[in-house]
Amino acid sequence: MSNTVEVSDVHEHDPVRESAAVLEVDNLQVRFPTDDGVVHAVRGVSYSLRPGEVLGIVGESGSGKSVTSLAVMGLLPRTARITGSVRFRGRELVGLNDREMSAVRGHGISMVFQDPMTSLNPVYKIGVQLAEALQAHQKGLSDRDAQKRSVELLDMVGIPNAAARVGQYPHEFSGGMRQRVVIAIAMANAPDVIIADEPTTALDVTVQAQVLETLRTAQAETHASMVLITHDLGVVAGLADRVLVMYAGKPVETGDVDDIYYRPRMPYTVGLLGSLPRVDRGERQRLTPIHGAPPSLLNLPPGCPFTPRCPMSRDKCETEEPTLEAVDGVNHYSACHFSAELVAKDEVLPEEIFDSGAVDDADLEAEQ
Amino acid sequence: MSATSVGAHRAPPGEVILSVTDLTKYFPIMSNGIVRRHVGDIKAVDGVSFDLRRNETLGLVGESGCGKSTTGRAILHLQPASTGSIFFDGRELTTLTQRQMRPLRRDIQIVFQDPYASLNPRIPVNSTIAEAMHIHGLWDAKEGPARIRELLRLVGLNPEHGNRYPHEFSGGQRQRIGIARALALEPKVMVLDEPVSALDVSIQAGVINLLEDLKNRLGLSYLFIAHDLSVVRHISDRVAVMYLGKIVEIADTDELFDRPAHPYTQSLLSAIPLPDPARERARERIIITGDVPSPANPPSGCRFRTRCPKFANELSDEQREQCINLEPALTPRDIGHPTACHYADVLEIL
Repeated sequence: MSNTVEVSDVHEHDPVRESAAVLEVDNLQVRFPTDDGVVHAVRGVSYSLRPGEVLGIVGESGSGKSVTSLAVMGLLPRTARITGSVRFRGRELVGLNDREMSAVRGHGISMVFQDPMTSLNPVYKIGVQLAEALQAHQKGLSDRDAQKRSVELLDMVGIPNAAARVGQYPHEFSGGMRQRVVIAIAMANAPDVIIADEPTTALDVTVQAQVLETLRTAQAETHASMVLITHDLGVVAGLADRVLVMYAGKPVETGDVDDIYYRPRMPYTVGLLGSLPRVDRGERQRLTPIHGAPPSLLNLPPGCPFTPRCPMSRDKCETEEPTLEAVDGVNHYSACHFSAELVAKDEVLPEEIFDSGAVDDADLEAEQ
Repeated sequence: MSATSVGAHRAPPGEVILSVTDLTKYFPIMSNGIVRRHVGDIKAVDGVSFDLRRNETLGLVGESGCGKSTTGRAILHLQPASTGSIFFDGRELTTLTQRQMRPLRRDIQIVFQDPYASLNPRIPVNSTIAEAMHIHGLWDAKEGPARIRELLRLVGLNPEHGNRYPHEFSGGQRQRIGIARALALEPKVMVLDEPVSALDVSIQAGVINLLEDLKNRLGLSYLFIAHDLSVVRHISDRVAVMYLGKIVEIADTDELFDRPAHPYTQSLLSAIPLPDPARERARERIIITGDVPSPANPPSGCRFRTRCPKFANELSDEQREQCINLEPALTPRDIGHPTACHYADVLEIL
């Protein structure tokens, strides 16, 4: 973690160090043509990832957070239409063919998926799969050296008795162990960027703690930057330096982790934090749900997509979609016409903004 | 019934509505081959006792495979218990046949985890809710439709949408339909089996608020089964923590979260990531190693000892002997609430 601190110090002195970024995503858009029309799943995502930095991308299901990362990795189906730019160490990735992309995947950028059972091949031994990842990018590596390195990697991610376990198959590992193997494969070639897509969602909480610890180790060992995609605001709080909140295919707020949690400037972020039950708070505070559902990304109406669910929305919100604008704090941006109203408050309390009822009044009124 | 081990955490008599004593549920393991011999048991639930009081929410938490859902299903007779007793409103449930059990299901209803799998996709929501009333002979052609509208409104859905099919609703709305169906029979007890785990947080909060409101309005009792301790703390009056088929600690909610005494409860609480960056950075975690052992062959003595940080780091060999040889009973010890650990000691985690 020490290297992260260093990097953010540098950053404070020179806010726009574009050249230092390992990964730059600029106005990335993804559309899927379907029988019903074009689904605009990602509607312009931009971020830049500095060396050693951990960026948390949070959002609910369907917000486009996974599709964004699959687009970066070039893993979307061929029907997907991708525009915008993804630059890795200055090299444009959008438009590369599969063979060119393969040289980047696993070597420059690697990925950890949610379900460790489906990301490992059930018919090959763990050692073979690790060696495959190593030899794919290190052509001269002998089988024996690959095997030796595999054991080291398993050891690094905390798998006991690694020398014996390289000879086992994925089904002989538990869920948490498998996810560590996947992390070992991801860090095998010392990538510059590790993208972890819901890496602990399928796991129990005690195992999740182990895997998160492993991710921290992997990041410290490889000095890689990390993109951590999750819906769990707790996981992000503990791991990320910077956070990007996504809604309906677009970032709606981005900033340093403390700014997002303690000084949210977009009603959606406020609502998200208010709807979380807190295990560390005794007093029984009423939760503030965000009523309604996320919009369909098929024929999205104009204006801010959060308008129908937003307690602060006004006429302007229905016609004009806000862009990310700087708010208080360094590098803190929010996409809300009325974020100034949130800035004006000393402390943003979700219950002051959102209705804490259990029932969506709008849903019932629609009855007439 | 072993009064020594269970008496301590009984609620005052008179207000208990559901009482579970020494409940076990074993699933037999059969050998392969022509003659399938019984070679062992998966001890999914292995001696669980608790009381549920009227208008109370009892949270049942634990990791996957700890037997919390099986406990819930045993109470409803969906998977009849192997041994033990379940008293509901003064009647023993475990000895009933499925036929005798049916009328009692009016009083004990269940809401399942997966709102996509628990509704019949081929019939409209109105009919799904009416079905329960038909089965129990409560359907009244004149009053029925109005009752359904009332139920839909109660759970926050537009009554006009009753003739829609499940696929036309979102996950959160479907879970509300599941709740409306359970409420149709005016139950006294609801077993809520991970009712919000499949939902996004912003939607989950609405369903949790709804469950709270319904409990207060209708005087329901909930057995709330979940793996998410934050949700359990929020909604429960009392909480029982399960590990490998047994309850390891049970207490009033604030007591359990503020003064956990069992090393497993402490590790669980310590593992939860908090949505609070400053606190996360300052936290020291107890990370427990390894995975849950097989319930077919649990460790001798204390079941948690193979992963227990206290066993590994703090105890002397002499003290460990006791963990290996003697299964700790769920008793109050000096803590004030029942804990199944020989060396239970309060530790503030949160």
